[in-house]
Amino acid sequence: MSTEALPQLTAKDFASDQEIRWCPGCGDYAILAQVKKIMPDLGIPREKIVFVSGIGCSSRFPYYMNTYGFHTIHGRAPALATGVKVANPELTVFVVTGDGDGLSIGGNHLIHAIRRNLDVNILLFNNRIYGLTKGQYSPTSELGKKTKSTPMGSVDNPLHPLSIAIGAEASFVARTVDRNVQHMAAMIKRAAEHRGTAFIEIYQNCNIFNDGAFLFATEKEQKDDTTLYLEHGKPMIFGKDGDKGIRLNGLEPEIVSLKDGNMKEDDLLFHDEKLGEPSLAYLLSRMRYPEFPEPMGVLRCVDQPLFEQGVHKQINDAVKAKGPGKLEDILLEGDTWDV
Amino acid sequence: MTTQTKTAKGVEQRTDVTIRFAGDSGDGMQLTGTQFTRTSAIFGNDISTFPDFPAEIRAPAGTLAGVSGFQVHFGSEELHTPGDEVDTLVAFNPAALKKNIEDVVKGGLVIVNEDSFGKTDLKKAGFESNPLEDDSLSQYRLIKIPATKLTKEALKDSPLGTKAVDRCKNFFALGLVSWLYGRPLEPVVEWIERKFGKNPDVANANRDVLRVGHAYGETCEYFENTYQVNKAKLTPGKYRRISGNDATALGFIFGARLAEKDLFYGSYPITPASDVLHALSRYKHFRVKTFQAEDEIAAICSSIGASFAGDLATTGTSGPGLALKGEALGLAVMTELPLVVLNVQRGGPSTGLPTKTEQADLFQAMYGRNGECPLVVIAACSPSDCFATAIEACRITLEHMTPVVLLTDGFIANGEEPWAIPDVSQMKKIDVKYAEGVNSNGNGEGGFLPYKRDDRLVRPWAIPGTAGLQHRIGGLEKQDITGNVNYEPANHQHMIDTRAKKVALIADNIPEQAVEGPDEGDLLVVGWGGTYGALKSACDRVRSQGKKVAHCHIRYLNPFPKNLGDVLKRYKKVLVAELNCGQLRFILRATYLVDAAALNKVQGKPFLISEVENKINELLAK
Repeated sequence: MSTEALPQLTAKDFASDQEIRWCPGCGDYAILAQVKKIMPDLGIPREKIVFVSGIGCSSRFPYYMNTYGFHTIHGRAPALATGVKVANPELTVFVVTGDGDGLSIGGNHLIHAIRRNLDVNILLFNNRIYGLTKGQYSPTSELGKKTKSTPMGSVDNPLHPLSIAIGAEASFVARTVDRNVQHMAAMIKRAAEHRGTAFIEIYQNCNIFNDGAFLFATEKEQKDDTTLYLEHGKPMIFGKDGDKGIRLNGLEPEIVSLKDGNMKEDDLLFHDEKLGEPSLAYLLSRMRYPEFPEPMGVLRCVDQPLFEQGVHKQINDAVKAKGPGKLEDILLEGDTWDV
Repeated sequence: MTTQTKTAKGVEQRTDVTIRFAGDSGDGMQLTGTQFTRTSAIFGNDISTFPDFPAEIRAPAGTLAGVSGFQVHFGSEELHTPGDEVDTLVAFNPAALKKNIEDVVKGGLVIVNEDSFGKTDLKKAGFESNPLEDDSLSQYRLIKIPATKLTKEALKDSPLGTKAVDRCKNFFALGLVSWLYGRPLEPVVEWIERKFGKNPDVANANRDVLRVGHAYGETCEYFENTYQVNKAKLTPGKYRRISGNDATALGFIFGARLAEKDLFYGSYPITPASDVLHALSRYKHFRVKTFQAEDEIAAICSSIGASFAGDLATTGTSGPGLALKGEALGLAVMTELPLVVLNVQRGGPSTGLPTKTEQADLFQAMYGRNGECPLVVIAACSPSDCFATAIEACRITLEHMTPVVLLTDGFIANGEEPWAIPDVSQMKKIDVKYAEGVNSNGNGEGGFLPYKRDDRLVRPWAIPGTAGLQHRIGGLEKQDITGNVNYEPANHQHMIDTRAKKVALIADNIPEQAVEGPDEGDLLVVGWGGTYGALKSACDRVRSQGKKVAHCHIRYLNPFPKNLGDVLKRYKKVLVAELNCGQLRFILRATYLVDAAALNKVQGKPFLISEVENKINELLAK
């Protein structure tokens, strides 16, 4: 270990020299800015950070970071990141993906990376559209969505990223939105600090092909009534005046009013992100606008064994038990004879 | 060719013998064959084996689909193939007899377990009458053994149940054949004790049945004589048996150690490559990281990630898996990272013949990607050659920063031969160069340029964790030198030309093409990969008849050795023999304008020496 004090870095130190080529007004700019902003706080030298991405607008991300970066092929970023992390667990690895990249062509890799619980941070930019291919519906587009490839409306049921992540038993699951930059920064920071696969869905506006998809969650007039900002250990309260809550009725959530005095805070669901059993997190992931306020924040944050640690522990145990392998020895395995 | 002499004592001398053990998948024929091979190798014969199993794990018992076979060729002279014709067939049921009898030499021994030739057994195998009773086997010397009954009798006092007792009958056959060919029983007894040490009842039963089988041979008087196959005159040294898949696994471990790197092997189970994953996963104390991925694409992508992060990355598969890996392989070409992709070829297309051999993936290895996407292709030619060729793949990939496809096939992957154990101290280190500092100009100012090449056009390798060398790579076309995304027409042309030239320049760093036989002559037989033994043996035979025929077996398929074009021109005729429909021939004709003739076969089986010999004679007669 070097005894030299690390130089104090700023967000600017994490910017590469490349010109950013997202459309003006794209939500990706805000995400990039917040990622760069929290980087110095992590206290990790730039050379120990790797950004891995697939294909799509979001996947250009690594080019704009002054860290190590790999812009891979469509959907495969989690698989490639797995190799990076197993080869060198000391690296801090971010996977940047989108709804098409991560949930359509790369759905398989995403769930397997999550269930293995590698210590990587997966940022899924969800804009509910294919942007780079100019506007086809994506696996998160709502039913009936009219796009270039669905002029009469989509007949595909959408996938819900948080439900997928929790179904694969992700050890950290959160949601945030590009317009709430402070919350986004806090979520990314928490994800980076979590040991294990941290999955964040970021609602990201594509102002060209799907403008306003998340207005319900960002517009001043309505966002308090349409989103539920989760806090660990706190009752689930939302609404402009903080007068609505979520209660469990049987196995179903329901919205109750705190105004008339029939319901008290203690009657509400209390958030517990540390529950080993993922059912509460799953229930939250199924609360969707317009029926429910959509949860923002950390749905789940639990400790689970790390995949890459398991791999390296077996190697270290084998070295301990058998000694470091000698080439001469493996040549002589099995029966040998002299001629 | 086999020579025979009878001695006074009823012992017939043979230079070489081919035995095939065949039975139902559950009859233990693979084990019987392996043990016989082991004993013969320890005895001092040269050996070559060829296991042949069905794609189904347990096809319905007694059916043709469920027949599993193991062929062993052993001799007192050098052997290069598992044998063309079978001298002795051990058939444990009617289906095994039916499926294999055609390969037995006329007058050859056919030993059957007559207890398994009941009406139902015959029906399952599609026999209308009992071949043991009609005269359909009159061209062979048929020996009928009541192996099931005798095994039961031998174990009447054993505490084992009926099923377990029945399972011992393959040791009866092994004992009998060991007697017939003068093999010692001790190595098998030792193996039984090691293998079943924790289960003494099973160990005792197998050992007893083995001895009873041996004694039965001595006393039954069915055999006119026994056979003797003397020790082979192999180059002195220490030997072991090795299969191609095991040799490949060892080669990867050596490659990593010689380069002082950890080995990463990402793979998805696929026949016939899975044994490499199994073998490597046992060597964790060599700092081998095996990763069983969720699919073929993840297998190669994880390997590319591991390579980026600084491991020696390898991935292994068979034909259909290579198809799935195609896009990622293009990424490795574009990002110019070291990566070895093993393809243990099997019969295709599509799922094809998963357990059978073929060489039909040469085009896929060479061209099976989008865009102009050259990489290195090399092929191993025998089970033990997989070791050296795997090390060579590691060396080329690390020294030249280019993916290498390593081709083997089901035949050499599963086949075994004796291997003169190499001397570790004589092995050359693999020289890996890493980027150590920024390279933008002489005074160290400015950034790191990931595509600034050396005189061999190799780009520098900067591994994450190295301070100051942060850089980004990816699948988009990149600007020369800086590696930044670039779509300019002239740059794209330049980068495509440069990637091709980089691979072509590797010809400076590989040996020239050698031939076995005369330097010029009437015919050059050209081959690649696992057909080496059959082609060599056929060429040896015709040369011993005075014919001017040489054998050229190509290990480096891309780039070709620099002198290959000249070699091809030194013979009046060229024959390209391969287990496909003419892929290497197509490439040689296109590259060197040589009018090569073809010998092709796609039956899921290796060449017979006689097939090659006949083709050579046909061409020479024209």
